Amino acid sequence: MDAMLVILAGVTALGAAGAVLLRNLVHCALSLVAAFLGIAGIYLRLSAEFVGLSQVLVNVGGVAVLIVFAILLTRGGERVKARPLGPGWTGPLMAGAVLGVLGACVLASRGLAPSPAAEASAPMREIGQELMTRYVLPLEVVGLLLTAALIGAALLAMPEREDP
Amino acid sequence: MNPSLVVCLLLGVFLFALGLGAVLTRREAIAVLIGIELMLNAANLNFIAFWRLGPDPAALSGVLFVMFAIAVAAAEAAVGLALVIVVYRRCRTTEVDEVNELRG
Repeated sequence: MDAMLVILAGVTALGAAGAVLLRNLVHCALSLVAAFLGIAGIYLRLSAEFVGLSQVLVNVGGVAVLIVFAILLTRGGERVKARPLGPGWTGPLMAGAVLGVLGACVLASRGLAPSPAAEASAPMREIGQELMTRYVLPLEVVGLLLTAALIGAALLAMPEREDP
Repeated sequence: MNPSLVVCLLLGVFLFALGLGAVLTRREAIAVLIGIELMLNAANLNFIAFWRLGPDPAALSGVLFVMFAIAVAAAEAAVGLALVIVVYRRCRTTEVDEVNELRG
């Protein structure tokens, strides 16, 4: 049992719980940053350095900041209402059912062979070579998708012109 | 099974359930997007855990799949938040229950 992994998993679980359960949206976003950082630590612990650093750059530096901007632009942080959290018990019940079933499946599964002794690692040189050879078509498609998303998001959020 | 793998998988299950609960119960559209992000990260965590602790860590498929998933998640977050801003401009609210202009 890897103690560091358990600690990081606890941090991530706490952050995620805060992101879901807190009432103020700004607090939710900050808890989400904690969860993202915990997941990045788990990636680093599992010797996936490139993915961990990408997680910090993209999710913490990009997505979380974007969420904070959206909260401030829509002034969602100001409005803390005393209403009940949801339309009843169906949502939490379904989430709890998913948690119970999937958790029981994970705990009951015996199928996977134990991990080999060989040290797994993903050096950036190999990742780059794979991206340029075997995965070059998905790479181009992702580039196209990111361009389209960038243009689309900018067009959507642009202030509407006053048509004469 | 490897105990580290069990820890990672249980954390993934927990994150997915939390995200699903947020999507199903939260009223603010931004909180729904936060739930979607949590679910995407749960899937990425499973990819990395099975890549590192599974039977074949020499193949880089898990790592590369997570890279593409992160890129797609970033695009989704950008477009989703732009839509939230547009909805707020039009309806003066971001609560998903109150945006009901098209309700028949």
